[in-house]
Amino acid sequence: MSGDVCIVGVGIHPFGRTDGLSGLDQGVFAVRQALADAGIDWPQVQFAYGSSDAAGNPDTMVERLGLTGVQFINVRNGCAAGGSALFSAQMAIKSGEFEIGLAVGFDKHPRGAFNAMPAEYNLPDWYGEAGYMITTQFFAAKIMRYMHEHGISQTSLARVANKAFRNAVHAPHAWRREPVDMETILEAPLVSDPYTKYMFCSPAEGGVALILASEKKARELGKPLVRLKAATMRTRPPKSFEVFAPSIDIGGGTATATRIASADAFRMAGIGPEDIALAQLQDTECGAEIMHMAENGFCKDGEQEAWLEQGRTEIGGALPVNTDGGCLACGEPIGASGLRQVYENVVQLRGDGGGRQVPGNPKTAYSHVYGAPGVSAVTILER
Amino acid sequence: MRVIAEGIVTEDLPPRLIGGRERATGRVVFPCPDASTYEPVALSRTGTLWSYTIQRYRPKSPPYAGPEAFRPWPVGYVELAGEVIVEARLADVAFEDIRIGMPLELTMIPLDPEAAEPVMIPAFRPAGAAA
Repeated sequence: MSGDVCIVGVGIHPFGRTDGLSGLDQGVFAVRQALADAGIDWPQVQFAYGSSDAAGNPDTMVERLGLTGVQFINVRNGCAAGGSALFSAQMAIKSGEFEIGLAVGFDKHPRGAFNAMPAEYNLPDWYGEAGYMITTQFFAAKIMRYMHEHGISQTSLARVANKAFRNAVHAPHAWRREPVDMETILEAPLVSDPYTKYMFCSPAEGGVALILASEKKARELGKPLVRLKAATMRTRPPKSFEVFAPSIDIGGGTATATRIASADAFRMAGIGPEDIALAQLQDTECGAEIMHMAENGFCKDGEQEAWLEQGRTEIGGALPVNTDGGCLACGEPIGASGLRQVYENVVQLRGDGGGRQVPGNPKTAYSHVYGAPGVSAVTILER
Repeated sequence: MRVIAEGIVTEDLPPRLIGGRERATGRVVFPCPDASTYEPVALSRTGTLWSYTIQRYRPKSPPYAGPEAFRPWPVGYVELAGEVIVEARLADVAFEDIRIGMPLELTMIPLDPEAAEPVMIPAFRPAGAAA
């Protein structure tokens, strides 16, 4: 295939809680919106990759969309599921086998924290029985170490949450769209120290669909060319510190799947972090956004304290981060979450962000998801 | 003493955690994987606190097997010098006194302090604390 893979259509079902609508329903809603956005009909879709963690098999949506015999592959990959679906979809086009296809993700989780079982992660039962099979606990211990090593304050954690809810006010697809002031965030009950309840995202519901096409096909459709310059998915290296870790290597916590996925994405795109106009970084909790700023190469460890104080990651800052409020404000439907980031990036590159639009006509946008047990997916879009 | 699982602590008094040394690389992990590529190794009883948090809500059951009545508990990662960093409860220390870098030693604590014959889990407490 010559040219780039392009994103020619986007659709989203609002995130949050939608009683009476299944996860699959929300996925179908997003697909129909994306098809309309691309100006095509379902029979033109040559292949699909679908991700859902807890809301059933995505391929069953052919029942609703039409029994066209389309190739439809289901993807499960922890929190990176959506990113993995997108990665697979772009490979299908890059291979030259297909010209246009779909990446769709949706989910619907019960309220409260995820209750993962040890056997699903190749861990002994006692690890769960003792009370360690908890994502919030891991994230808290991880940021506690990071704050100690790099001088990050709890105030910086609160700044991230405060920004998320402010940005989400202007994002119709976000869940929590009321601003929350710093004091409320800091004085709320602790969930796992140092995180208060506003500093964690919640499992949620939602659906996102993206239509991908070859550059040739995209030109035929007459769509603005939003190019997927890089899509990478990587697993963890030695010395990482990941979700559900009974032990860590000495000196661990520095190498991460994110660092590898990010470096490879920049190499493929032929640009560097300084060339990125805006970024969506996995922010399942405030510290994740902070650590991921460094892991993705945008700043050095510890510089986040000054970055946040100076507002550099605000919509009008040098590098706006999580312009739709991210996971903190949108919640995390696992199968859809990574695709939401790419959806938001397409909206921003088209200039359709409304009250949350990044000024200055942005040309490049970055997305990053991270999940258990140490997987990461990155995309770089260019207009 | 009824330990939560076999093969995670030695029968010594006081007990030690059983890690696994990867035969090919020498890398130490905890617990010891059930694989011939690892040999069991008794880990140091003492270490320093590497990181921690307080679990402030009752984990979901399953898999959590602790008591219904929940009181927040601290959990940490403890660096055993030259070996590995292990995850375990922290014991005999007030939340506000927990500091990264503090010296710790292994102990065993009940998963349910109210139980008549409690299941015991490994934990670390401030080094030199009264037994």
